[in-house]
Amino acid sequence: MLESRGHPNRLGMRGWLFGGRWGPDRYLYSLHRITGLGLLLYFAMHIILTSSRALGQGAWEESMARVSGPLFVIGEYLVFVAFAFHAINGLRLALAEVGFGVGKPIEPIYPYRTALDEQRPIVVVAMILVALLIVVGGLDFFVWH
Amino acid sequence: MQDQKLWTWHLAAGLVILVLLGLHMAIMHLDAALGIFNPSGGHPIDWANVVARGQTLFFSVTYVLLLGVALFHGLYGLRNILLELAPGPGLKTAISWLLIITGVALFVLGTWAAWKAHQVALGGVLV
Repeated sequence: MLESRGHPNRLGMRGWLFGGRWGPDRYLYSLHRITGLGLLLYFAMHIILTSSRALGQGAWEESMARVSGPLFVIGEYLVFVAFAFHAINGLRLALAEVGFGVGKPIEPIYPYRTALDEQRPIVVVAMILVALLIVVGGLDFFVWH
Repeated sequence: MQDQKLWTWHLAAGLVILVLLGLHMAIMHLDAALGIFNPSGGHPIDWANVVARGQTLFFSVTYVLLLGVALFHGLYGLRNILLELAPGPGLKTAISWLLIITGVALFVLGTWAAWKAHQVALGGVLV
């Protein structure tokens, strides 16, 4: 069997957090995973808690009171931030998956270009969009209220 | 083969979520800036606003749609993460069934709540 002299692609569970030398895209992947898991955990609790509205006003207001206060507002803002990142980055990933923004196959002539070179400006624009959403969301959460 | 199909559905589900959850987030968390679908003013989770949205067929239907699509997207994503750890065939089957049962249970609960809340809202219990 051939020994790989490159960076190991399979980093195991460590690779969920550390991209090694795989660059910013690998860290976006880690963030996509962490935000996805966080959103799923929130979503499950959210379904259970908000189903109290089926039992009428009293049950609804009681359950909402249980999750009020500054700590929960900060937690909800983190959910919003996770949503903003996961949504925009996910759109970028879905577009890349169907072949948008990864370039056409070319002859490997030095200096080599890879799909990542095509993708980088899209990554930058996507992250600017995420940052904008996070700022607007932050203003709505903490300033405009 | 089946996983390729499920992965395509995972992507398609993501786009549906992008639209519906985008709307949900705009209503709930950009309310000071946009103020949409909160007819009674105040906070979006005030009972009067919850009732006003629950009365409409649009929100009652899209809540259930978003619920199902997002549960599939999230739990299939979790399954992909877990399967990357290369579990044996028995464990893989157990993981799949555990996630399916979890998803169906949450879907039933959420659908019941959306349907019941729609009935409550139409009953005009608006205080």
